[in-house]
Amino acid sequence: MEKILSKNFFNPQARSIAFYLKDGGYEAARKALTVMTPQTVIDEITRSNLRGLGGAGFPTGKKWSFIPKDSPKPKYLVVNSDESEPGTFKDRHIMEWDPHLLLEGIIIACYAIGAHRCFIYTRGEYYRFAGIVQAALDEAYGERFFGKKIFGSEFDLDVVIHLGAGAYICGEETALLESLEGKRGWPRLKPPFPAIVGLFGCPTIINNTETISHVPGIIRNGSEWFADLGSPKNGGTRMYSVSGHVKKPGVYELPAGTTLREIIYTHAGGVRNDRKLRAVIPGGSSSPVLKPEEIDVKMDVESLAAVGSMVGSAGVIVMDETTCLVKALAIISKFYQHESCGQCTPCREGTGWMTRILRRNLEGQGVREDLDNLPRLAGNILGNTICPLGDAAALPVQSFIAKFRDEFESHIRNGTCTAVR
Amino acid sequence: MSLGALSDKLLATISELLAKYPQPRAALIPILNACQREYGFVSAETEAAVAEVLSIPVIEVRETISFYSLLLRKPAGKYRLQFCTNISCSLLGAEESVATACRRLGIQEGETTPDKRFTITTVECLGACEMSPSLQVNDDYYANMTPDKVDELLDKLK
Repeated sequence: MEKILSKNFFNPQARSIAFYLKDGGYEAARKALTVMTPQTVIDEITRSNLRGLGGAGFPTGKKWSFIPKDSPKPKYLVVNSDESEPGTFKDRHIMEWDPHLLLEGIIIACYAIGAHRCFIYTRGEYYRFAGIVQAALDEAYGERFFGKKIFGSEFDLDVVIHLGAGAYICGEETALLESLEGKRGWPRLKPPFPAIVGLFGCPTIINNTETISHVPGIIRNGSEWFADLGSPKNGGTRMYSVSGHVKKPGVYELPAGTTLREIIYTHAGGVRNDRKLRAVIPGGSSSPVLKPEEIDVKMDVESLAAVGSMVGSAGVIVMDETTCLVKALAIISKFYQHESCGQCTPCREGTGWMTRILRRNLEGQGVREDLDNLPRLAGNILGNTICPLGDAAALPVQSFIAKFRDEFESHIRNGTCTAVR
Repeated sequence: MSLGALSDKLLATISELLAKYPQPRAALIPILNACQREYGFVSAETEAAVAEVLSIPVIEVRETISFYSLLLRKPAGKYRLQFCTNISCSLLGAEESVATACRRLGIQEGETTPDKRFTITTVECLGACEMSPSLQVNDDYYANMTPDKVDELLDKLK
């Protein structure tokens, strides 16, 4: 299959603008700015079935169309390169190996929504990778692809790379905006949505790194080409991050809607030491866990929703038969407790209670009521918070206990783990 | 005047950062990151100077600093060993590497060696799960950590 985002991965030469230009680089941006109107760009993206690849899966063209056309305020594009969902590491690869692809996507997206300023928000830990994108940006400014009157058009654009300082919640788009404004990352109530009231109170589109990096290919090759690569309603390819107990962990670019089984067994080499599969988290640690008999599911928004999970960030975490699932859930739960911003009571308190109960179970001190109290606690968080972190903490707890209740019961009965050693 | 807490080099960096944003407050985290790169942490004096530069109350600077795990209000060691112990790294035995580093350096997780060379912390997902168990030392990533590799690395960083 043709690779779009990953074709230059692991080739250090590919980062240079000379390499990128030789491959037709920045021609899609030139085409958009010189022969297309912003509306025709948006229409093309809409027809391509490109969806947000950060986790929520919202149709990108539709999101762009929410920007008010008559607003006198400046408009902003914010690229979400915060990538913090456990199990996800695809955006880092794009920044590290093909930064110009992201930058060209930014030009086209900004033109489409009428933004003259873009901020790339990335996590503080990605300092080195932000440096690679900055070097590419400097090169592109040198070619006058950024700045004033780009490609001889009337369009001006400046990009700023902004490093955060360590907080998972800042990957949530409104927390990200708060953080970008210099505040702590407390998510905002929606509505108003960022497309209307976003950064500095102005209309703002927030898109994930991978999403924006797909834009040049769509403009270059057409929406039909892109839509045909994926599955219904999910255009193009996706970057699947695969980690845990597989022989070949890594990022695999495959069509949207590839089955989980194919990703694990054909591409990631199967389970390490040819052990038996015990459980798979399909879309980053917040997505409900799947049992081995469920992995023929297609990795797209609708197919995973149909089995009660989420494609999320497509971060596939594979667990073999030696895994203690009580420990796995305790780790996940502790993460969401640590990262809860503390704004909403159900999340702030609930994540703490779930984590303490799970720790007790891990230490052999669990009681039978725990297995009813945990899902009940999770249910009291679910849907009762400003942002999706509450749901992200609740769904793993509910799904692990629903699907692997026997293992949790055995922990309580025996005071210890009974997983295969 | 508290601006004296900031070096000339830092004041120049701050001017550059302020020029990038339509509102000065937006430069706060980049400014704090720059201060920490210069001094290793953000002291009370630095907080006050940054607040003065941005014309905001010191408490707002502290509120921001205390929210973010990478901003330090106390000095750390020259090498900050940040071991990921989230799910993918833990599945592959991250705890053994942490234990090795703690034993070897004679400190607990969260502590700094008396010679101020090393700080050990366990952190949440570093976005490098294909490198599990992963470790970040200052800005650099290290992959597939094992107790032996921790030993080797500590020898090199001496």
